Amino acid sequence: MSERVAVRKTYKLFIGGKFPRSESGRSYLVQDSNVSLASRKDARDAVVAARAAVKGWAGATAYNRGQILYRVAEMLEGRRDQFVALGAPADEVDAAIDRWVWYAGWSDKLPQVYGGANPVAGPYFNLSAPEPTGVVAAVAPEAPALLGLVSVIAPAIVTGNTVVVAASPAAPLAAVTLAEVLATSDLPGGVVNVLTGRLAETVPTLAAHMDVNAVDLTGVADAELAAELEVKAAENLKRVLRPAPADHDWYADPGLTRMTTLLETKTVWHPKGV
Amino acid sequence: MFEYAPAPESRSVVDIKPSYGLFVDGAFVDPTDGGSFKSVNPASEEVLAEIAEAGNEDVDRAVRAARTAYEKVWGPMPGRDRAKYLFRIARIIQERSRELAVLESLDNGKPIKESRDVDLPLVAAHFFYYAGWADKLPYAGFGPDPKPLGVAAQVIPWNFPLLMLAWKIAPALAAGNTVVLKPAETTPLTALLFAEICQQADLPAGVVNIVTGAGDTGRALVEHPGVDKVAFTGSTEVGKAIARAVAGTRKKLTLELGGKAANIVFDDAPIDQAVEGIVNGIFFNQGHVCCAGSRLLVQESVADRVLESLKRRMAQLRVGDPLDKNTDIGAINSAAQLAKIRELSEVGAAEGAERWSPPCELPERGFWFAPTIFTGVTQAHRIAREEIFGPVLSVLTFRTPAEAVEKANNTPYGLSAGIWTDKGSRILWTADRLRAGVVWANTFNKFDPTSPFGGYKESGYGREGGRHGLEGYLNV
Repeated sequence: MSERVAVRKTYKLFIGGKFPRSESGRSYLVQDSNVSLASRKDARDAVVAARAAVKGWAGATAYNRGQILYRVAEMLEGRRDQFVALGAPADEVDAAIDRWVWYAGWSDKLPQVYGGANPVAGPYFNLSAPEPTGVVAAVAPEAPALLGLVSVIAPAIVTGNTVVVAASPAAPLAAVTLAEVLATSDLPGGVVNVLTGRLAETVPTLAAHMDVNAVDLTGVADAELAAELEVKAAENLKRVLRPAPADHDWYADPGLTRMTTLLETKTVWHPKGV
Repeated sequence: MFEYAPAPESRSVVDIKPSYGLFVDGAFVDPTDGGSFKSVNPASEEVLAEIAEAGNEDVDRAVRAARTAYEKVWGPMPGRDRAKYLFRIARIIQERSRELAVLESLDNGKPIKESRDVDLPLVAAHFFYYAGWADKLPYAGFGPDPKPLGVAAQVIPWNFPLLMLAWKIAPALAAGNTVVLKPAETTPLTALLFAEICQQADLPAGVVNIVTGAGDTGRALVEHPGVDKVAFTGSTEVGKAIARAVAGTRKKLTLELGGKAANIVFDDAPIDQAVEGIVNGIFFNQGHVCCAGSRLLVQESVADRVLESLKRRMAQLRVGDPLDKNTDIGAINSAAQLAKIRELSEVGAAEGAERWSPPCELPERGFWFAPTIFTGVTQAHRIAREEIFGPVLSVLTFRTPAEAVEKANNTPYGLSAGIWTDKGSRILWTADRLRAGVVWANTFNKFDPTSPFGGYKESGYGREGGRHGLEGYLNV
């Protein structure tokens, strides 16, 4: 009996809940697979998809968003071995799963921790509450590819933002596989969009895009490129998360800054009276 | 309009020196290159004082003084002692509030009733509020032991000179930072009096440094490699330049920039209250307010009634001597700002909007602009898109709540908004959809030290006031 011929997977982009090839028709070889080489046009298409998803996702209840993020953890747990087979250390996969669980719980707690009533000196009701800033363009760190990717996506979307993320160019297989997890977790299409390919090609387009509200430069290791991207981001005053230091501990408690930098605080006043 | 006898506030409470140096390391010093400029009273064009202009070397000296104070004195000082200095400053401001209010009105042109009843009480309250945080930072929600950043470079505008100083300095000092602050070149006097208050409070030298000057001084300060934090309030254009200047550094940046706020009046709003809110929204402080309600969005069915009441009310506004206690609208802050307001108003008329001002006699000397409204404004008009920063209101109409929200959000800015309606659920529905940092419902232009203030989109980032205001000055 002859050995079974394996069915190989095509690794494509993840835009608007679908898995298209790059519109440029290009690919690059990583870990024996042809991976889509995203173009500037793909980046712009991803922003359009992310913008279209903002209304529904930001308008979803915090409870609903928390449930969906937890569902991502469930799906990831089920595919644990697949990520290990792609080369992620088991403890990294476990940490990535746990990170989804951690962030899932923040959806309906951050507004209480980060907002609240303000005791103004007058007869006014005054309440501050955080809101998502909108579309976030993020650059995942090169390593750890899976945990790093999860650590930039989850804090952005848990509060209602949508994301276009440039995956680590050296480890795109984990990113595309994570996109498959997201696609089967009831996450609405367009909330997370994943680009694979060269950072220098897609990220400047995202940083300069006038319909992007924030950039997360976490994974930009080249200091010169990071500064250039921050200059582009200034054109419409995008909120900026600067690159993580090289010795950043991805396994440590992430804290709130990754979430709060991508939030706006809205304060509403109303007089009290009869 | 009733004729009132003049009721001028006395100038004798202030003692303006002929010239002022820079406040560096606890003392007033001459600038290295001896440059200076004049600050004038915009209501009379009288020169008030000669002000030192800080060059690169002066800025460097101030930053080094702030660094030394941070490392040697203010950083190591227990929070409870920092708190006491801030409480002292708050008390001295209360004690000298009339002097500060008169000086503010002289230098800025704003009516004394506003500097006396709005600016100064808020300034004192702001220091009092943040004083209490200095020894409670572990409870502020930024972790058990949040650290200051170091030296803060702060650049403030001319519309609320002392209040903007308070918004910058109080949280910075409470969090344990030291500061170098540059007041606006047209309104440096209350900041320099504040420097004297720091001396009176025995605040350690170098904790607060005041460098006066114009754009070049501000640029030197923001770009100085020795600062850890940049806080700016001013125009969106300069804010973007600053964001570019700090790119690639580790400087933490907060920006409070321009606005083009929509003030939305629904058909069930109490008209008289709404009209008071519209007037307060755009004519408070001559409209020199980044969060001014400069776009009136009024529901079509009540537009005629609202405009009729608004015009009647505008005819009662008293424009004139800022030091007169009956004055509602004072002087435009500078000749340059007046030129900008005139230019945009002319563009408004040229683009087809209908211009109206009440009969209004303006003083001969000084910089003045009558309260003005434009009706028939469309979203494409420049007066509906650009910040005029003067007493000029653009009136647009809408039919449905969804259209109101769409128009309100159709701007690159997102600082503030107003909603006038009797229906609670409509307030909350509308407030949820407005992309603005402060939403005033059935009120407008209210401020409080406990209430976070700041914008969405191109109105900047970060919040000033409240617990949120500490975040910009902590290493979190």
